[in-house]
Amino acid sequence: MSAASPLLTVEHLTIRFGGLVAIDDLSFSARSREITALIGPNGAGKTTVFNCITGFYSPEVGRIALRREDGREFFLERMDGFRIARDAGVVRTFQNIRLFPGMSVAENLMVAQHVALMRASFFSVAGFLRLKSYLDAERQAVERARYWLDKTGLLADADKLAGSLPYGAQRRLEIARAMCANPALLCLDEPAAGLNPRESNALNALLTDIRDEHGIGILLIEHDMSVVMQISDRVVVLEQGRSIAQGTPVEVRANPEVIRAYLGVEDEAAVASVIGQGSAH
Amino acid sequence: MKADMPATNRSRPSMSAMLRDAAAAAFVAALLAFPLLGFKLNATAQGLHLDMRLSWVPIAAGIVFAGRLLLTLGGQYVAPIIARRVAPDVDAIRRRLPSRSAYMVGIAMAAVAIALPWLPFADRNLIDKATLILIYVMLGWGLNIVVGLAGLLDLGYVAFYAVGAYSYALLSQHFGLSFWICLPLAGLLAGAFGVALGFPVLRLRGDYLAIVTLGFGEIVREVIINWDKVTGGPNGLSGIERPSFFGLPMLPTSMAPPGSTTFADFFGIAFSPNQRIWFLYYLILALALATNLFTQRIRRLPLGRAWEALREDEIACRSLGINPTLVKLSAFAIGASFAGFAGSFFATRQGFISPESFTFIESAIILAIVVLGGMGSQIGIVLAALLLVGLPEWFRELEQFRMLAFGAAMVLIMLWRPQGLLSHREPTLRLSDVPRKLVSESAT
Repeated sequence: MSAASPLLTVEHLTIRFGGLVAIDDLSFSARSREITALIGPNGAGKTTVFNCITGFYSPEVGRIALRREDGREFFLERMDGFRIARDAGVVRTFQNIRLFPGMSVAENLMVAQHVALMRASFFSVAGFLRLKSYLDAERQAVERARYWLDKTGLLADADKLAGSLPYGAQRRLEIARAMCANPALLCLDEPAAGLNPRESNALNALLTDIRDEHGIGILLIEHDMSVVMQISDRVVVLEQGRSIAQGTPVEVRANPEVIRAYLGVEDEAAVASVIGQGSAH
Repeated sequence: MKADMPATNRSRPSMSAMLRDAAAAAFVAALLAFPLLGFKLNATAQGLHLDMRLSWVPIAAGIVFAGRLLLTLGGQYVAPIIARRVAPDVDAIRRRLPSRSAYMVGIAMAAVAIALPWLPFADRNLIDKATLILIYVMLGWGLNIVVGLAGLLDLGYVAFYAVGAYSYALLSQHFGLSFWICLPLAGLLAGAFGVALGFPVLRLRGDYLAIVTLGFGEIVREVIINWDKVTGGPNGLSGIERPSFFGLPMLPTSMAPPGSTTFADFFGIAFSPNQRIWFLYYLILALALATNLFTQRIRRLPLGRAWEALREDEIACRSLGINPTLVKLSAFAIGASFAGFAGSFFATRQGFISPESFTFIESAIILAIVVLGGMGSQIGIVLAALLLVGLPEWFRELEQFRMLAFGAAMVLIMLWRPQGLLSHREPTLRLSDVPRKLVSESAT
């Protein structure tokens, strides 16, 4: 049951760094309860798009609109980074994992619920007095943390330091942390990077579960074709800052422009075999 | 003595080589000791006399000889053992989440502090020194909020201490307000200064932030020196009102303002000047413990967790919807207001304040206490305050060697425990301690 209007609409997004046009007139949309993948060769501008959506860069031209299910609409290009996460509900993960390494796994998930808890603690006053309303909110936050630890298979590591976890677990923790922040749109920057095939499959299951059970939209940057082709509902292909193809995975895979961008030649058979193998994993 | 080098990789010097090495060190020591220790200038009624003290030279050489020999022997046989024990993977220590023995140690230390004035050997001198140490413990705990928790390196913390001291002195002198009213006001004012400092430095971190805060501390001191109409300039302010025991002045009956009941009269006991010393001691102990309890509790609240998260990764904080401006300013303001409380206590204890009490070296000592204690460790800060403030007080005769010892201690600490004396961090939440709810709600 995909919503009538898209969750995220990016229109005519353009960003320049000096003379370099990093993103050139890019338009696409992402829907709730769908996984939208952003793919493209290295340097195509995928992470730059993410940085625009999540407020790390402000674009010169273009509009990024986010419409939540309750009808509120936000124009992300004009908002501070933390407001985008707090009000618009766009929460991201990072290509090079950014956890709070010196804090425990459970604490990482509690920090993610800062906004709700801060409100419940009435800027710490109710928390200081240990009023029941705050204690209830805190208990609920712990439950939520436990739920996501369970989902990501980290429950046994809850009291370990986040920085001491193995790489794959850190990636999962970052997703759990983002989900604890109660997003409407989850932006994942290469979640499968550095994962082994087994972990990668688990990630696929986790992401489809988030999409189906929690009714949020996922925007994904990924190089791993097995992830992209298996789980994404829509694919946007970037090359040198421009969108060269958009559509379902099957459509995109057959697109000659995409094949040329990925291999630099027009040898369709070779490309089809490469991408075809990727999806067959 | 490189602790991280396995003992087997080192060629062991022979005994005679060690003796030769020690003799060479003793020779250098003798050369140095001859002019430094061999003569002593005595001032008598007849003028200055130069006395020979040549016997000190061989003693010094002997001490250096024995010391050097022990050091090489120690390096040979003891250091590898210590290295194995003390210097296991620093990272592993940092990453380990400790038991709750720290809690018991904290309770025991607080009990000792409360019982201190009643112990048989406690005299006025000891209580005075303990009071001074507690001021620094409180300042350390206050600065720990800014540096240890929020990770904002503040080299101008003493400015807020000065603001607290001067606000109490001025409020009490001009408006006749009592200590108990001025205390919260001083905290508020210092907190406001904290916000004033915080605003321009929001974008700065690390070294850059340290430089600006250093400048801020100097600005405050310069203003105090030069605004002499209000602050008394370099002469400071004197005759600051002593604290009363909740309205009962702690003075002998003869000196009390007419019509008021003194503390001694009220309780029907004889007046003794020690009563005030004790009262001041318990006052700062209560203030320091309040600071500690505040920190312990706020760490477990969303604001405290956000401080620590900000220290760990500001960009990740931003991406989770945490407003870094508010979080930073609150850390600056709350840390500063504790310095303000401590400052007004300082003013009422001394009865006299001047800009000399608020120089950069004070900021440096407070920061050294926090860093030496192990960033973020409450008990470590107490130990470091005992070391850095207590020891110099007890060895006042050796004052000229104070900076030497200070420097040596810092170098040793940085070599052996770069993470501070006690570096463990108590987690603010253990999931295994929180019982599962019987009816688990859907967590979406």
